[in-house]
Amino acid sequence: MIRAARRSLPLAAFAALASLLLGRAANADVLPDNRADLFFSKYSGGGMDINTYTASARAKFSDQFAVDYSYLVDKVSGASVDVLSNASVIKDERKQNSVTFTFVHDKTTYALSYSNSKERDYISNTPSFTLSQDMFGDLTTVTLGFSRSRDEVGENDGTADNPNVIWLGHAESRSYTVGVSQILTRNLISGVTVEVITDDGYLANPYRSIRYLDPNSGKGYSLASQTYPDTRTSTSVEGRLKYYLPYRAAAAVTYRYFRDTWSIVGNTLEFDYTQPIYTRWILEGRFRYYQQGHASFYSDLFPYANYQNFEGRDKDLAASKNYTIGGKATYAWLPDGWKVFKRSTLSLDVSEIIFKYSDFTDIKDYNNTPAGGNYAPGTEPLYHFKATVVQVFLSAFF
Amino acid sequence: MRRLRIVGVAAGLLLMGACSNFQPWVKPYERDRLADPIMSWDRDATSAAFMDHVYESREGSRGATGSAGGGCGCN
Repeated sequence: MIRAARRSLPLAAFAALASLLLGRAANADVLPDNRADLFFSKYSGGGMDINTYTASARAKFSDQFAVDYSYLVDKVSGASVDVLSNASVIKDERKQNSVTFTFVHDKTTYALSYSNSKERDYISNTPSFTLSQDMFGDLTTVTLGFSRSRDEVGENDGTADNPNVIWLGHAESRSYTVGVSQILTRNLISGVTVEVITDDGYLANPYRSIRYLDPNSGKGYSLASQTYPDTRTSTSVEGRLKYYLPYRAAAAVTYRYFRDTWSIVGNTLEFDYTQPIYTRWILEGRFRYYQQGHASFYSDLFPYANYQNFEGRDKDLAASKNYTIGGKATYAWLPDGWKVFKRSTLSLDVSEIIFKYSDFTDIKDYNNTPAGGNYAPGTEPLYHFKATVVQVFLSAFF
Repeated sequence: MRRLRIVGVAAGLLLMGACSNFQPWVKPYERDRLADPIMSWDRDATSAAFMDHVYESREGSRGATGSAGGGCGCN
């Protein structure tokens, strides 16, 4: 009896789903305005400087069809602490092209994207598909997404100016996303997103090293290559709420839970506040907190070489916390439009991020103890650093 | 078992009918505040994707925040 009831449930569920997806709606979805953006950002922190330049545009070719294109260049100089520990300095450039075709039919939006990212030692190609469906009188939007990336992973064995790239292998990644956005009241909107990502292939960072105790070394330790598992599967669940305050302002809270098969568990909590001032300004403030536990195969200092099958000392795998305080100001400098432009805005966004590591030590200055001597391996101070992210962008709507 | 299948189909058809006449508890004319640009999740997609990439390159966590772009963030 119970078995029979279970068998009838999928049938009923399918009928209900079909009724939702096939139901004709009174008002069709609308594509957003044409838009062009020029974007510049500067990241400074942890010994690295990264300048990012982006140009993007969206053009509607009909009420149902639009194309988005963006071109991005990252210019990287310096190197993070774990790269410096291996005595190499980086000067690199990344270029990314992305195109998205969006088609709207009734209450359904289909988006097909392709992205190509190219560095001297890393190439990534990612096609993706997203489907969004409005339902229940447009109170609910369900989004399904799938993407698959194929990456070629290399290592520059030469110098920054005379590169000699050795290709180490490739990695594949598949991402499955389900999201629901729900209007709860006339002032409150909510959203839940679940994303599962599976990876397969060369997943280690070739520029980072493990270290192990070595009495034959002057420092008491030696460095060796990392060995990661060939597979990884992660699950993220994010929930968010946004509330319209009585005096035309908005407050939002977002929480994300993350875990993966490498035993990393992460928690992210963010608060955002948006306040328009007069008719031309929108000010925003944000606070973000992130915390994670270390991966099962991570150690700051292994007892000896080849201590276990998988060994990593990438600080991204270490137990850590970070805090972000940020603010953004948007100024409508052409609020009434000009020629073909309906309006235009100029934005400045500044964030300060403080990173603190619980089991990753700073071995760069191993011989600088307060007493003037060398640190014994494993007694070095824990690593921490501050990063500043500045974004400036111009947006025109037409 | 056959009866349950009929009940399942009937429930599905009932839902179909219910959905076609669904009355939203927040009417379209009551959504002016939700349509305000300040209520958008991400007003600037380029900036949001950039910040996602900043965090994803430096944290073990990833996903469920929209696109984070490509590249390895190896350095």
